[in-house]
Amino acid sequence: MTLVTRIAPALPLRGRRAVRLIERNSLVYRRTWIVILSGFFEPLFYLLGIGFGLGSLIGGVTGPDGREISYGVFVAPALLATSAMNGAIYETTFNVFFKLKYQKTYDVMLNTPLGVGDVALGEVVWALIRGLLYSLGFLVVMLLLGLALSPLVLLAPLASLLMGFAFSAVGMSVTTYLRKWTDFDLVFVVTMPLFLFSATFFPLSAYPESLQLIVQLTPLYHGVNLLRGLTTGVVGVAQVVDVVYLAVMALLGLIVVNRRLNKLLIK
Amino acid sequence: MLPLSSQPLIHARRLTKRFGSFTAVDGIDFDVAPGEAFGFLGPNGAGKTSTMRMIGCVSPPTGGTLRVLGMDPVADGPRIRARLGVVPQQDTLDEELTVEENLVIYARYFDIPYREGRRRAAELLDFVQLAERAKSEVEPLSGGMKRRLTIARGLINEPNLLLLDEPTTGLDPQARHLLWDRLYRLKQRGVTLVLTTHYMDEAEQLCDRLVVMDKAKIVAEGSPRQLIERYSTREVLELRFAPGAQESLDGQLDGKLDGIAERIEPLPDRLLLYTSDGDAAIDAVHARGVEPESVLVRRSTLEDVFLRLTGRTLVD
Ligand SMILES: Nc1ncnc2c1ncn2[C@@H]1O[C@H](COP(=O)(O)OP(=O)(O)OP(=O)(O)O)[C@@H](O)[C@H]1O
Ligand SMILES: [Mg+2]
Repeated sequence: MTLVTRIAPALPLRGRRAVRLIERNSLVYRRTWIVILSGFFEPLFYLLGIGFGLGSLIGGVTGPDGREISYGVFVAPALLATSAMNGAIYETTFNVFFKLKYQKTYDVMLNTPLGVGDVALGEVVWALIRGLLYSLGFLVVMLLLGLALSPLVLLAPLASLLMGFAFSAVGMSVTTYLRKWTDFDLVFVVTMPLFLFSATFFPLSAYPESLQLIVQLTPLYHGVNLLRGLTTGVVGVAQVVDVVYLAVMALLGLIVVNRRLNKLLIK
Repeated sequence: MLPLSSQPLIHARRLTKRFGSFTAVDGIDFDVAPGEAFGFLGPNGAGKTSTMRMIGCVSPPTGGTLRVLGMDPVADGPRIRARLGVVPQQDTLDEELTVEENLVIYARYFDIPYREGRRRAAELLDFVQLAERAKSEVEPLSGGMKRRLTIARGLINEPNLLLLDEPTTGLDPQARHLLWDRLYRLKQRGVTLVLTTHYMDEAEQLCDRLVVMDKAKIVAEGSPRQLIERYSTREVLELRFAPGAQESLDGQLDGKLDGIAERIEPLPDRLLLYTSDGDAAIDAVHARGVEPESVLVRRSTLEDVFLRLTGRTLVD
């Protein structure tokens, strides 16, 4: 949240009342919390199914610093990153689209002292909170299973927060361009390969060289790399690059959201 | 400077709204005084909603001057909106929340604490006769109930000025009368009402003063009574003919009915004769050998004013 308050004034964006959106959304989820819960179990099942199932076949893999680590230790931070991404994306795609196009929730809000900046920031922060909740739940499981090797894991929630911010801001920007529900297939055409090819299940070195370059340009890769660095205790310049990449993505996303909502809502 | 109470709550001069090259509101002038019920009467596409959205500070004017509550809607949007109540043309209730939650969360948007929000919600649900539905979902409510809930929502911040965009369109007569009654009570409490409608009866019932809008322009302004006096006669004689008979009459009408009424308006299904004495006009029609299928004498309404001003009927 400190990140948000520090960045917000630098944007052409006023979001003092953004917290009202978070209040509204929590009111809705008071009754549908089970939906939120489901997003937590998904990565957990992957961890149990793939991490341990596949892990028992593979044995160990080469960790970030060349040491051999167990497959569970390798794959867990990647699933952590994925859960942060999913929480943010689910929220800013389907839910935002419904509110923007069908329920006209934001038009209603703009009849009150709330402004477009509040809407943009409020939804992004709400989505980021949802992503953070998933990550925290998953993190607890990781700790219980002994899959975190370094005390740096304590920084993982911050990294998840940054990831959530980046993915919800970009997710919401994309949503403002969508016209109908079937357009959401496009979202999965993007998130599915991200999930599979972001050095999630294999080390980057396992990919052909040309593909490695492309992978390194994609956002989830940077989330995975950052979190894996923290949970295995191997951090360096690469992780600084990850942080910068995600921060820039968050900022650009927020600027685009603000601009698009202004165009769509203030006519 | 004028004393606050006599300063207009809304002041518009040459107010214009364009969407691309299309002009939705074309240089209109009007003032709304505190405590007044002011109406925009006009057909579909006249520019009513566009005007209301500019007043509501969610649509920047393309040209002209607009002051709302003495402030500039572009610069002071949030401060103005804090004191406005808005009932949009479409009910935009939050279907993910209950009836009561819709009001309580809306109160939060105005920084009203939860306790106070719940208190006001209960009071307003009473006022719009929805108290027993407080815990209900929004979706199963009838059209009239949704409209009343939307009005209750617009009142949660105890606004000085309530904007109602077609408050009763699509409702059955009973639901409309209930709504009119509630709006009338608000007016008596001193809330300034600004409403749009394309129902002349609604305008006559609710408005102290109104402007008739057509094709982005204001074509007349006054109280319902003044408008009728100025643009119509006291009574109207409606003549209906058997299907087909009117067309064959059309050519010779001028001659045949000349002088019977101040003005004759031919509609596709009937003739309207504007006169101060409808019964005398009936006799005159018969005396000239014109035999309509049915005749009806009625008082002039705003519908007649609109017809006179634009050559078209309001609701088609
Ligand atoms: N966002 C927009 N973009 C382009 N044109 C618009 C937009 N909003 C309104 N218009 C056009 O402006 C004109 C006036 O619309 P407006 O909604 O103000 O009319 P209205 O008097 O409220 O009509 P109705 O009785 O149907 O609600 C219409 O021709 C409409 O198509
Ligand atoms: Mg309208």
